[in-house]
Amino acid sequence: MSKTTLSRRGLLRTGAVAGAGVALPTIFTASSARAFTNEPTGGSVTLGFNVPQTGPYADEGADELRAYELAVEHLNGGGDGGMLSTFSSKALDGTGIMGKKVEYVTGDTQTKSDAARASAKSMIEKDGAIMITGGSSSGVAVAVQGLCQEAGVIFMAGLTHSNDTTGKDKKANGFRHFFNAYMSGAALAPVLAKAYGGDRKAYHLTADYTWGWTQEESIKAATEALGWETIETVKTPLAQTDFSSYIAPVLNSGADVLVLNHYGGNMVNSLTNAVQFGLREKQVNGKNFEIVVPLFSRLMARGAGENIKGILGSTNWHWSLQDDGSKAFVKSFGTKYGFPPSQAAHTCYVQTLLYADAVQRAGSFDPCAVAEALEGFEFDGLGNGPTLYRAEDHQCFKDVLVVRGKENPTSEFDLLEVVEITPRGQVEYAPDHPMFAGGALGSCNPGA
Amino acid sequence: MDAIILQILNGLDKGSAYALIALGLTLIFGTLGVVNFAHGALFMIGAFCAVTLNRLLTLSHQVVDETRTDFLGNPLKVDIPYVQDLFGEAAGATIIDWSVPLAILFSIPVMIVIGVVMERGLIKHFYKRPHADQILVTFGLAIVLQEIIKQLFGANPIPTPAPEVFRGSLDFGVMLGFDPNAIIYPYWRLVYFAFAAIIIGAVFAFLQFTTFGMVVRAGMADRETVGLLGINIDRRFTIMFGLAAAVAGLAGVMYAPINSPNYHMGMDFLVLSFVVVVVGGMGSLPGAVLAGFLLGILESFASMNEIKAILPGIDQIIIYLVAIIILLTRPRGLMGRKGVMED
Repeated sequence: MSKTTLSRRGLLRTGAVAGAGVALPTIFTASSARAFTNEPTGGSVTLGFNVPQTGPYADEGADELRAYELAVEHLNGGGDGGMLSTFSSKALDGTGIMGKKVEYVTGDTQTKSDAARASAKSMIEKDGAIMITGGSSSGVAVAVQGLCQEAGVIFMAGLTHSNDTTGKDKKANGFRHFFNAYMSGAALAPVLAKAYGGDRKAYHLTADYTWGWTQEESIKAATEALGWETIETVKTPLAQTDFSSYIAPVLNSGADVLVLNHYGGNMVNSLTNAVQFGLREKQVNGKNFEIVVPLFSRLMARGAGENIKGILGSTNWHWSLQDDGSKAFVKSFGTKYGFPPSQAAHTCYVQTLLYADAVQRAGSFDPCAVAEALEGFEFDGLGNGPTLYRAEDHQCFKDVLVVRGKENPTSEFDLLEVVEITPRGQVEYAPDHPMFAGGALGSCNPGA
Repeated sequence: MDAIILQILNGLDKGSAYALIALGLTLIFGTLGVVNFAHGALFMIGAFCAVTLNRLLTLSHQVVDETRTDFLGNPLKVDIPYVQDLFGEAAGATIIDWSVPLAILFSIPVMIVIGVVMERGLIKHFYKRPHADQILVTFGLAIVLQEIIKQLFGANPIPTPAPEVFRGSLDFGVMLGFDPNAIIYPYWRLVYFAFAAIIIGAVFAFLQFTTFGMVVRAGMADRETVGLLGINIDRRFTIMFGLAAAVAGLAGVMYAPINSPNYHMGMDFLVLSFVVVVVGGMGSLPGAVLAGFLLGILESFASMNEIKAILPGIDQIIIYLVAIIILLTRPRGLMGRKGVMED
């Protein structure tokens, strides 16, 4: 027979804890007075900028934050207005969003999925953020996108290049302006075939996580379609710092091209190691040995120094573009901070404007109304030419830049030169393409 | 065959770094009885000594070049290093090119001072405390040092190239009668290996053939008796801590051209270096060196495609697997002495 020792105090304590527990998760069971999560009621609206402020991508996160601050300044009518004057939609007028002053809070993703989810959750629950944006990794983007879907706020992804973000992990509340691995492959392959010939043998080193896998798959498919042969694909641990034991066997494998599906510190180290091993001075199969870095980031390229010279890759945007939108953005960013913006800064700035514009056009902060305004939205003047936010998967379709490490840089920012602007038509794919299959958008969640 | 020689070569430079760090760790453990988790941070600071000297040598003044423009369309400001003003353009460029070897001279006094300050300022207060306390405080110190470096230099890796003459690689295969390109190895990694061998030799010679070294060895064997003989062993041990810091720092300086230094490179090496110390045998200097090279080479072998095809993922666990096997068969490690860390 069990013995119950229930005291009056014990009962009270249990009751209090249980009561608090029931009352706590307000984002999922919020009060019925609001129509959707964090509906702004006062004269201001709060956006949540979730970027890596510590950890290995902190410098990229800092540049994203600069862009967000600039976007908020422009939305509130400060500064020179940046891309507001070149944006094809004229709904924004520098008086905030729907007349409400834009304020922001920031969170630190640390480039870790759990930390990123915790900081996003805190910004939604404690600070009342109506929209979450940012990030510098696909693992983080997928995790935070899932959280925003559950919480009923819009997620405007920052730098995330994995096919999965708008593929098998796509969500109705999530939107991506940045390009993806498939687009890199589609843009890069013809340039590679032109530069290095159609008869090449490629060896892939791939970072062992969602982004690396989808990029390897994309580049492999695109280059094989043009006649290249893939000799070997090797996965490298994300935490790897010295790639010499992976680089050393490459030359003897019969391959004459090395594809580095690496980003950030991985890219800097594997490229540096490959150049140290003298790969680029070698001749294999009677051809010059070549290295390809499919996703280039100028911020990261700095770490590789001289080693990036002459190496082909792709990028979402580059500050040397001469369209009006890019020039306006570079001018306001450069004047404010003293150096040109990175591609991460660009996509984050644009995502903020796109969100604000969608709210303005929808006439509501309701995530479902905003999502509807973004779906199928055609725009121009934001630096990438005419762009479509596709309704089926919430992916932006626009031109993609193929770039090469510059031989004679004039400054520490002048590291890449644009080789080709690949037109949008060449990087488009069907929403049910096999590389993007497996997930569903579901329906939008307004929360509340 | 060529693949095996290649991976042995590959293991040598990684093993050199492990051995140098583990050597310092063992020295500190053997003399002071402290488990120093901040030792990886000392390696990292060494690499940043190379970065700092490079920055100092490239300190520049700006000259406006009216013929070119910057990204905003203003006249381009060109940086001219002061070193080039002082020594002329060619000599200045050569000095900057050789900044990493020059950083060896720069780093030795810096690292010794950092080591001594660390020991006198913080670690000496933890001699009598349990090992767990020592681990916590030195680990905390490592994080603090790491964050300071990140604050000063940013989170991104900073390229620190080797001198021009050491760039490129040597075709070993041709020398051994293999096909061209079968075994190529970068010059700088060979330099690193040779450098590590010299440092290790110097440390052993110092301990073996000098009076100071003799006293330190005696102190490692029986601290109390040496103290009773009227020798101030504490002061000698402090100097040993400084020396161990210098060894870790030198390992870091020379490693800078191999992988661009970043603020968490110390942590990447720290855990493995501890495994090396344990496998070699706590407190055994030759054990640390032997285990460093052994594990470095094993790690290289494990990342060969042929081996990974049979045992996927083996490259990530090989070191720990071997450590477990060695500790099960030889609980004191390869060359561990009786009585160390067994009280």
